[in-house]
Amino acid sequence: MVQLNVNGRLRDCDAEGDTPLLWVLREQLGLTGTKYGCGIAQCGACTVHIDGQPTRSCVRPLSSLSSKEKIVTIEGLSADATHAVQKAWNELDVPQCGFCQSGMIMAAAALLKAKPRPTDADIDAAMTNICRCGTYNRVRAAIHLAAGQLQRKSIAITIQTEGGAA
Amino acid sequence: MVGFHVPALAQDAAHPELNAWVLIQPDETVIIRIARSEMGQGTLTGLAQLVAEELECDWARVKTEYPTPGQNLARNRVWKSFSTGGSQGVRGSNDYVRVGGAAARLMLVQAAADEWKVPTAECTVAKGVITHKPSGRSTSYGKVAAAAAKLAPPADVKLKDPRDWTLAGKPMKRLDTRGKLDGSQIYGMDLHMPGMLNAAIRDCPVFGGKVKSFDASSIAAKPGVKKVLQVGDSAVAVVADTWWRAKTALEALNIVWDEGPNAQTSSADVASMLKAGLDADDAVAFNSKGDAHAALKGVAHKVEAVYSCPHQNHATMEVMNATARWTPERCEVWTPTQNGDAALAATAEAAGLPPAQCEVYKLHLGGGFGRRGATHDWVHQAVAIAKTMPGTPVKLIWTREEDMQHGRYHPVTQCKLTAGLDAQGKLTALHMRISGQSILAALFPQNIKNGVDPAVFQGLNPGGTEGALGYAVPNLLVDHAMRNPPVPPGFWRGVNLNQNAIYLECFIDEVAHAAKRDPLALRRELLAGSPKHLAVLNAVAEKAGWDKPAPKGRHRGLAQIMGFGSYVAACAEISVNAKTGELKIHRIVAATDPGHAVNPQQIQAQVEGSFVYGLSAALFGECTLKNGRIEQSNFSDYPVVRMEHMPAVETIVMPSGGFWGGVGEPTIAVAAPAVLNAIFAATGKRIRDLPLSKHSLKA
Repeated sequence: MVQLNVNGRLRDCDAEGDTPLLWVLREQLGLTGTKYGCGIAQCGACTVHIDGQPTRSCVRPLSSLSSKEKIVTIEGLSADATHAVQKAWNELDVPQCGFCQSGMIMAAAALLKAKPRPTDADIDAAMTNICRCGTYNRVRAAIHLAAGQLQRKSIAITIQTEGGAA
Repeated sequence: MVGFHVPALAQDAAHPELNAWVLIQPDETVIIRIARSEMGQGTLTGLAQLVAEELECDWARVKTEYPTPGQNLARNRVWKSFSTGGSQGVRGSNDYVRVGGAAARLMLVQAAADEWKVPTAECTVAKGVITHKPSGRSTSYGKVAAAAAKLAPPADVKLKDPRDWTLAGKPMKRLDTRGKLDGSQIYGMDLHMPGMLNAAIRDCPVFGGKVKSFDASSIAAKPGVKKVLQVGDSAVAVVADTWWRAKTALEALNIVWDEGPNAQTSSADVASMLKAGLDADDAVAFNSKGDAHAALKGVAHKVEAVYSCPHQNHATMEVMNATARWTPERCEVWTPTQNGDAALAATAEAAGLPPAQCEVYKLHLGGGFGRRGATHDWVHQAVAIAKTMPGTPVKLIWTREEDMQHGRYHPVTQCKLTAGLDAQGKLTALHMRISGQSILAALFPQNIKNGVDPAVFQGLNPGGTEGALGYAVPNLLVDHAMRNPPVPPGFWRGVNLNQNAIYLECFIDEVAHAAKRDPLALRRELLAGSPKHLAVLNAVAEKAGWDKPAPKGRHRGLAQIMGFGSYVAACAEISVNAKTGELKIHRIVAATDPGHAVNPQQIQAQVEGSFVYGLSAALFGECTLKNGRIEQSNFSDYPVVRMEHMPAVETIVMPSGGFWGGVGEPTIAVAAPAVLNAIFAATGKRIRDLPLSKHSLKA
């Protein structure tokens, strides 16, 4: 029995050590938002955050994890789809069939954490997730939109701090 | 909208429907029934817009629900076709769903008028509110719905002129986005129900082969394994408590195959067979004018080329899956499907029960593209497994490898094109000989009449409303030598329009080059009698600035075609690194005329998305055969377009009115030829044997 820290809660996971995190999440923990697309880390549909890093969970065995790592899935990214990425995705109607979008959103959220104002080259390099419906241009636009929102938020915070507000 | 257990449609004695399409609840919720399948293409929202437009309800109150095929059967197909393919979802049902919305509106107004004892002509409606101006009274749909439902359906229903649309035709936000943002949207493989078991399956990797033997006891003791069984003639499945355990146990099982008659067949064999068809005598013609053979004998100048396009896999992001529960009295299936009716028929057949004792619950698809419409092979498998465990729901999920190797492949073809030019460089004769695979021969042979498979000729038809050849050529012959390799074919987004557009539009460029004509000028001349084809071509040429030089280092290519009832064109702007041979597609300008446009922002999404699908095939994709097996297994060896490859796309939606053309498929066909023509402009290299990845573009 292994304990994992998933979306801020410690969860008991009873599975063989070679079970990929993807399937522990989906089958032991009932968190089906993270998807199976290829099983060999090619497509990114299984992307979660482990200690803030975007990770393809289909090739991360349970035996490599403990309760120390903070795992965040799409379900835990925000309350009520309020993350800037989710809001931008909503504003631009990014998803078509939507199957790749959990992974896409998690990859985008991690990118924006690392690079709050990503260039198109940054986006090309980080967003290697596969989408067969072809939403790439809207994904790109939504990342820029979310970056702008994050910028505005951080600008507002800066002003508040400079103004001496608590 | 859809959970793991789909309730009966939201109606009961207290809240009856107005008709099959519309139910209004007392709290003003407007439930619109959608018969077609949403697979990302926006049809769910588009159809709802059409109904809501006529219904004049408050769009903010609209929810949708999927009637099941069992309910359709029980109610004498009141929802008509569930089939979602051929870009028919909106165009094939727009008239009767709009009538449904309009009829419901008329009944609601009548109910209010009856209550007020006033003529209906004195009542107006807007956003679900009915007003009687003379007396200043008003009421809302929710308040009169129950009374309205008791009324007889109106006999005379007039529909709005699309010019008066206020909701349809507008870029409304999709109704189904929210669940896709936070992991709450349930797809087939996410289903969970009490007592459910999971199954993994391997079908014989050699087409036409069978199971010879396997030793179930060798894996029966593996963790969680409940059952190891043969499925049909050719597959073996493992049922376990979790899918991961089922899959890993199955991987450890040694299965001996009887590989059957195709075990020595390879892509080279298929290519030889197709090549022979290019000059064979058994071709059947579909479009002929004048006498191309005779004309070609006497021409001043001939241009000839042979093109080829390989098999493709659909590679939906969500692999094939279905959950089935069988008892001797009833069989239920939960599955993504593009055709609820066909899924029900497959369920009944596999269950050995009459359809009335079966049901299919349609789940949201993680991509369809044609894979989940015409054949329901995975449903047959799931039911066959469930039948051995009566009462237990069994969820069958394919691995990606299984999905890649047991597809229903886009058919393989070659094409020999011969053009005759007179002394003035005018195109006087054209022979297009297509040699290759017929989808209909495998799936709907009854639709082949006199050896002619009409689907082979998409975009090359002599006339008609679906896909007419735009070019006027006095001596024309388009014919097909059917050659069917042992690879199971299926309808792949755009179907034969894809390679037909490559063959036609790349070759017309070759003709232009041979005649020393500008590719746009030559096309304009040949399309003079086809104004709608010409209009989309001109639109992209103008927006792309064809008459001005391209930015330094960039080159352009054009393509146009008509398919699935719509007229489409593209201009691609690319550059090629002469040293590395690397291709960069900078920009594609696209135009589509679908007659009417229900949701322009979704059309734009479909145009962009279709380019990704079509370019993946043209640039990278091929499924090859070795020893009767598909060699590709996953995205590692079946590469697809990703973000880094994606060009900027500018979409011109130019509905000219008066007809209903499709949206999901037509534009897919023009990206590849436009890019290939631009590559010629950049490098002087004519790429005829697809995919591009087989060739080097180095100087």
